Amino acid sequence: MKYLHLIWANLFRKKTRSLLTVLSIVVAFLLFGMLDAVRVAFTVRDSLEGASRLVVSSKLSIIQPLPYADLAQIQRIPGVEAVAFANWFGGIYQDRKNFFANFAVSNNYLDLYPEFVMPEDQKQTFMATRTGAVVGRNLAKRFGWKIGDKIPLQATIFPHKSTGNTWTFDLVGIFHARDSSNANQEDQMIFHYDYFDEGRTFGNGTVGWYMVKIADPRHTSQIAQTIDHLYANSVAETKTQTEKQFNLDFAKQLGDIGLIVSSIMGAVLFTILLLTGNTMSQAVRERIPEYAVLKTIGFSNQTVLWLVLGEALLMIALGGVFGLGLSVLGADALSAAFRGGVFQVAVQTWLSGSVLMVVLGLAVGFPPALRAMRLRIVDALSGH
Amino acid sequence: MNNNDNLVNIRGVTKSYQRAKQKVEVLHGIDIDIARGDFLALMGPSGSGKTTLLNLIGGLDKPSAGSINVAGTRIDQLSSGELARWRASNVGFVFQFYNLLPMLSALKNVELPLLLTGLSGTERRRNAEVALRLVNLGDRTQHKPKELSGGQEQRVAIARAIVSDPTLLICDEPTGDLDRHTADEILGLLQVLNREHGKTIVMVTHDPKAAEFAHRQLHLDKGTLAKSANNGG
Ligand SMILES: Nc1ncnc2c1ncn2[C@@H]1O[C@H](COP(=O)(O)OP(=O)(O)O)[C@@H](O)[C@H]1O
Ligand SMILES: [Mg+2]
Repeated sequence: MKYLHLIWANLFRKKTRSLLTVLSIVVAFLLFGMLDAVRVAFTVRDSLEGASRLVVSSKLSIIQPLPYADLAQIQRIPGVEAVAFANWFGGIYQDRKNFFANFAVSNNYLDLYPEFVMPEDQKQTFMATRTGAVVGRNLAKRFGWKIGDKIPLQATIFPHKSTGNTWTFDLVGIFHARDSSNANQEDQMIFHYDYFDEGRTFGNGTVGWYMVKIADPRHTSQIAQTIDHLYANSVAETKTQTEKQFNLDFAKQLGDIGLIVSSIMGAVLFTILLLTGNTMSQAVRERIPEYAVLKTIGFSNQTVLWLVLGEALLMIALGGVFGLGLSVLGADALSAAFRGGVFQVAVQTWLSGSVLMVVLGLAVGFPPALRAMRLRIVDALSGH
Repeated sequence: MNNNDNLVNIRGVTKSYQRAKQKVEVLHGIDIDIARGDFLALMGPSGSGKTTLLNLIGGLDKPSAGSINVAGTRIDQLSSGELARWRASNVGFVFQFYNLLPMLSALKNVELPLLLTGLSGTERRRNAEVALRLVNLGDRTQHKPKELSGGQEQRVAIARAIVSDPTLLICDEPTGDLDRHTADEILGLLQVLNREHGKTIVMVTHDPKAAEFAHRQLHLDKGTLAKSANNGG
């Protein structure tokens, strides 16, 4: 520890160079923290404890449909208050980049979502209109839709029996989230399952997933088990989980999150390795005569080795801790921006981040440290 | 002269450097005795091997052959780790270009050798201050090397060399970069350290005037000792 001032003084000797290097480490670890928060969100299973709604989907894959016949069986399970169902439609409005969630739902679907508020008359019109659709306020705003508009969607999965790829819906209602913190859930469109099922050319009589409302949240995990048990060894085994988990799993099929995250992280860290490695080597090269003086005074080879290693570790740790700290704020921003995800920089991220700092610090510091350790005093002093 | 009065005994020392594929012998069979309390000036033309010999006496390098005995220790037989420890407690070094660490204050520079001792932070600081006062720089402790004159820098370097109270001071052209007046001040300081603090000093110099501050002079030519003279008998 008594050498710390020596390391510190060396570290910030060329202030601009050191600050730029530390800054790049900050950015790298900011990215690391946020990406790892995303990865963790996708790998940690959401606890069933206390949830009042469950989603039942195919165990095989989230896009595998379930038989319509399951509905009656699930409804009969004690403790189940209501069951709704839905089917992903995946329609596109005008252009592929206008992505939003749209799916067909059972008539009682909105009853299970008291957090969505819609005027009573619009609700009634929806029930009475076979081709009716309701959208969240955000979505209506985004495309300038008004009640009474006809909205054509291009099918990506389910062509219509008679109208081909174009399905036309009548906008009859606009809902909004009761709680403004759920406003990010206003980006969806729902319409009647009956209209969808009659129109589609395949898959009739199946549903994408069931929503189960639980009478008493204390029994949630037991009911989840009962449902999955019911269909164990059947042709359509089920996976019953919380909505949050379901949403995450749904997003996951868009791409291998783990792979994406680790490739970005790998690229970033490799860059850092080169960048800081170069800075450290250059710094040590410039200071070779000074390390020779320290050795002349009697500093051992190992002490000199640790002075350089310590400097590399300190530099990475400074940037790393600051970057991870910033990623806590970054993760909050992510959570606010994306629906269905709660992104947090977990303890495990701090741990793996710290390990990463040490590994990077050693990798970056070792070559110049070895060079400083091995230098021969008389050669360095005489310039040989 | 009784052998026991000698701090340094050098016998049959040769030193070769490997240059590309070629081995070049720079010192050829050197014998020197340096008495405790001596102030020796080592003179000679450029490239004659003065620095090489000085580095051997200070334990910065090992001879290719021969023996070097300092205060009863055969330093030619020490491992490099043992040599480092030996240097820390027995030798102080002063160089032509001062070789201070530029990012540290004068005080922190002088403290450096004490980091290798068991002294506490306060003791280190106090000893460093004493050493700086001894070289007349008690009022420049917080200055960085850049903010000091050449003569002041060399005095900081001398304070650093004596702070852990070594018996032997090794000085390689300590005034080579200084004007006459400043050089004389530095040489006067070395004389005080020799006379009043009992330091044994071996100093390489080009400058006959500088050599006059020493007790005696040795001349090195092409790696061989030429003649010796006793200053003022
Ligand atoms: N570390 C070294 N490696 C190789 N050759 C060296 C080294 N140090 C000195 N020499 C060579 O040894 C000879 C003597 O050098 P040196 O002892 O520095 O002479 P002086 O100090 O008298 O000018 C010179 O030819 C020099 O080039
Ligand atoms: Mg020389």
